[in-house]
Amino acid sequence: MSTASDLLEIRPEGLYCPPGGFYIDPVKPVDKALITHGHADHARAGHGAVMATSQTLDIMAIRYGEDFTGSRQIANGAQVVNDVSVSFHPAGHVLGSAQIKITHKSTGTAVITGDYSRQPNPACAPFEPIPCDILVTEATFALPVFRHPDPLGEIARVLASIEAFPDRAHLIGAYALGKAQRVIMLLRMAGWDGPIFIHGALQRLCDYHISQGVPLGDLRPATIDRGKKSDFAGQIILGPPSAFAATWAQRFPDPVICFASGWMQVRARARQRGVELPLIISDHVDWPDLTQTITELNPAETWVTHGREDALLRWCELQGRKARPLRLLGYEEEQD
Amino acid sequence: MRAFATLLERLAFTPQRNGKIIHLKQYFAATPDPARGLALAAITGDLGLKAVTPSLLRGLAAERVDPELFAMSYDFVGDLAETIALIWQPASTTTDVPLPELVDELSNTPKSQLPARIANRLDTMSANDRYAYLKLATGGLRVGVSGRLARMALADFGSLPLAEVEEIWHGLTPPYANLFAWAEGGEKPEAAAHAPFRPVMLSTPTDLAALNGYDRAEYVAEWKWDGIRVQAVSDQGTRRLYTRTGDDISAAFPDIIDALDFDGTLDGELLIKRDDIIAPFGDLQKRLGRKTVSRKMQESHPAHMRVYDVLMWEGHDLRALPFAERRGQMDQIIKTINQPRIDLSPLLDFATWDDLAALRADPPDAVIEGVMIKRRDSPYLGGRMKGPWFKWKRDPMLIDAVLMYAQRGHGKRSGFYSDFTFGVWDADALVPVGKAYFGFTDDELKELDRFVRNNTTETFGPVRALKPLKVVEVAFEGLNRSPRHKSGVAMRFPRISRIRDDKPAAEADQIQTLRDMLN
Ligand SMILES: [Zn+2]
Ligand SMILES: [Zn+2]
Repeated sequence: MSTASDLLEIRPEGLYCPPGGFYIDPVKPVDKALITHGHADHARAGHGAVMATSQTLDIMAIRYGEDFTGSRQIANGAQVVNDVSVSFHPAGHVLGSAQIKITHKSTGTAVITGDYSRQPNPACAPFEPIPCDILVTEATFALPVFRHPDPLGEIARVLASIEAFPDRAHLIGAYALGKAQRVIMLLRMAGWDGPIFIHGALQRLCDYHISQGVPLGDLRPATIDRGKKSDFAGQIILGPPSAFAATWAQRFPDPVICFASGWMQVRARARQRGVELPLIISDHVDWPDLTQTITELNPAETWVTHGREDALLRWCELQGRKARPLRLLGYEEEQD
Repeated sequence: MRAFATLLERLAFTPQRNGKIIHLKQYFAATPDPARGLALAAITGDLGLKAVTPSLLRGLAAERVDPELFAMSYDFVGDLAETIALIWQPASTTTDVPLPELVDELSNTPKSQLPARIANRLDTMSANDRYAYLKLATGGLRVGVSGRLARMALADFGSLPLAEVEEIWHGLTPPYANLFAWAEGGEKPEAAAHAPFRPVMLSTPTDLAALNGYDRAEYVAEWKWDGIRVQAVSDQGTRRLYTRTGDDISAAFPDIIDALDFDGTLDGELLIKRDDIIAPFGDLQKRLGRKTVSRKMQESHPAHMRVYDVLMWEGHDLRALPFAERRGQMDQIIKTINQPRIDLSPLLDFATWDDLAALRADPPDAVIEGVMIKRRDSPYLGGRMKGPWFKWKRDPMLIDAVLMYAQRGHGKRSGFYSDFTFGVWDADALVPVGKAYFGFTDDELKELDRFVRNNTTETFGPVRALKPLKVVEVAFEGLNRSPRHKSGVAMRFPRISRIRDDKPAAEADQIQTLRDMLN
């Protein structure tokens, strides 16, 4: 007799659904891939066919070029793929991010969360809880030390710092997809109506968010014309973390280096990056939300993809829940 | 408490010394006595709260959190107080308890009641306050502020001469109300204690190329002995032996204390000396860090002080005199003291810097770690400044070793595999010979971390066993025989000086190379 656990198996390319004949977020090129969201470790170029939300497909085209896959299929309602039915549901992680629900009429339902968050995020649709037999969850911040604070409180720290150091530029490191737009939206919610300056690497994804109805407001390129360094005093500038390692940051007046990431909860992590103002803003579930989600969905089995799986497995054991690690390789820890 | 917690957070994330000083000054200006004095004492390590041990904290955590989940969290965070601060169930409402009240409670609560008191406090604090509170309770603040930097901030705050603050500091006790009063325009406090510690004069490193830019005639040189730098003080019957950071180690060296039969302050090197033979540093190490020392130990490991300088003598402050003059007085002083345990470090005879280089290359004693070079006209100045005194250390010993095990670093390096055990070949097996935690650049650290993640053969708890592939050059300052180690040797100050990707593991050094270095 087959069970819900026959819906998925691990192959070197990644998580595979035998009755559907497709992979989910494979780490190597495959014939047919279902993609949860546009982050580089989940969405790779070179597959034969990709099914994803229309926003994720757009984002992949922006990042990898129009020819990132052989063929594209927009996920829209429940669709039959071979012996299973698949549907995509908001994950609350980044624009276009989805959980993937796979149903087989005789064996049951599996939900692959991809990356997800249950904090309100003004830059994307909220997470939708879906009952299932097998929950395949991420575990990026699966340690009981991770409790993400109210992100508006973190933004208030930036604004207080600008008030205290009006002559210094405030440089915020934020990943180009999702985090940057969320930080901008939070600044807008906190009342920062002025221009926000962005590094060139953020431009296209910000433009795309605006086209999708996310009102990012007055964004300007963070380029310095000769002799105008002081124009950035008391201003907010966003750039991808990689730009901070380069000399880019040095062009601004006595910058306060801020970094928006869930990892900023741990002081040593912040100091390693030379961060002066750590902002604990994460697009992943923290420990309370992760454990609460499992409790709420109450799946028969919990499978853990990437992150701190050991701690989550231990928690499941203490709760008397059936759980297993997938130990998928190729996902990066640091992207948040 | 909240203001103190905010101060600690700001200090921890402000890399520049000047920035730290500004934060401290703002705190001193905005905080009343005695809170600011207690905070200052906490930062300089003078608060003396000793009852809260790491094991007490672990016990608290174990009552609230599954031990396995706690261990995984601690491994990731890398700091016990921070792990507990973060993992503790958040408070529904928080209270801002004044710092003096908490300090008083931590010092006066009976030990048996302390865990419950601390748990109650943690229950009503924010995570940031919990962190500061636990750091306060355990003593090690680790915010990158040395005692000296804190005193600089205080001097700056009150526009006081730093040297005068340093000088009276050891006679003062927390919460330093009289010191803050002075900083705010009041009377300068009397240095209450007898036999105070005086700021020690330190040297900066140099080499032959740099020395060639200086006039040989303006300098004298002496051996740099491989012991620990100390200051011996005898003042109206009170005798003290201090380390160069002002820690009082009198209790561990009663033999030296007995010999301080004079009135003055001497600067020198603490050594172990048997008859005419100076023992290696390892012998001295056996006597360090003790609260008391047995007669037997005093006989088998007799302490000795080799004098470099004199600061005070029979009521006179000699520090403003040129070195050459102080040195002249020292000859007479050592004769007057007339104690076999105290002698004078001899000056070296050399005509040119090259002569000195030759002496340094071939010292007459194995317990010499280089030469000290001093300007004849230099007054004795507390602190480390470039110019008056140089140290020119012997080149480190080097071996090529293979990385065997790695462990995640703590503190600043948490998250990276940065603690390495390395080994050399004994026939065709690797035998571990030491551990190194530093020496590499940040980029090299990332490279090593990547190597560890990709070449792990086995894990034992937090330790990863590695494929024997990575050769590193290890530099160290000396080698002691050690029956405790499988290899029979123990290195001093080993660090990874270079990554030898050019070298296959089979060509790393043999254990015999190390054994030969012992002799
Ligand atoms: Zn993601
Ligand atoms: Zn991910």
